[in-house]
Amino acid sequence: MSLTVFLILGLASVIFSLLMVFTKNPVHSVIFLILTFFSIAGQYVLLNAQFLAVVHIIVYAGAIMVLFLFVLMLLNLNTDAEPRQSSRWKLGAAIAAGMLLVTLVGALKGGIKLNMPEESNPYVGLAQNLGKSLFTDFVVPFEIAGILFLAAMVGAVLLAKRDVKI
Amino acid sequence: MLDVIKTIPIEYYVYLSSLLFCIGVFGVLIRRNAIVVLMCVELMLNAVNLMLAAFSTYLSDEQGQIMVFFIMVVAAAEAAVGLGILVMVFRNTKTTDIYKLDKLKF
Repeated sequence: MSLTVFLILGLASVIFSLLMVFTKNPVHSVIFLILTFFSIAGQYVLLNAQFLAVVHIIVYAGAIMVLFLFVLMLLNLNTDAEPRQSSRWKLGAAIAAGMLLVTLVGALKGGIKLNMPEESNPYVGLAQNLGKSLFTDFVVPFEIAGILFLAAMVGAVLLAKRDVKI
Repeated sequence: MLDVIKTIPIEYYVYLSSLLFCIGVFGVLIRRNAIVVLMCVELMLNAVNLMLAAFSTYLSDEQGQIMVFFIMVVAAAEAAVGLGILVMVFRNTKTTDIYKLDKLKF
């Protein structure tokens, strides 16, 4: 049952990401990437990481992709005016990515020895457990992430502003 | 409860996220629109997130999922700043074609 769900979601994410790469219109690329993110969120639900799935949908589909779509519309790039790469370059890119895939799969194939605990904890991905860990063991990285967000916000406003005097 | 661990080997998640990562690399290499290149980078980050979440669940250890949160933080900041830079570049050069964006100063 879960293997079927995994295969369907995995096939959907691979197909949608390939469509994202190959479609000419950038707006269609954004839509296909959002569909890829939804299938990855389904994988998180399958892995019993519900909180991660919800945060993933809110942050990626809700915030980041809307930002991308907004910039595409702002710059009037919603046409397929992108120049084509030469087919020789495409072949080289396919060979490079395929060799990377072969390397990754070959390096990780059969070599994974997990020390899985006998009694697996099914509540590891729930909000209570993650929040406890985030606010006790990881509180300093959490605060640093807040500072990073502040810096990114100020930087983005400063970059997008017109005629700023530095 | 949680029959994923028993029915799906961890290798399947490794293969899936490797495949998604390589599709992202391929997109970065063949696309010429800088915004789509940024989107392919997001896809690569998501492939890594999927692998981290899978290992976290299989090992019953929440630290992998905490790491996914921090990757999401960095991805959001990167998208905001990168798109701000692209908007400014587009305002000055009227293009987002990465073949024309090969100078440090316009």
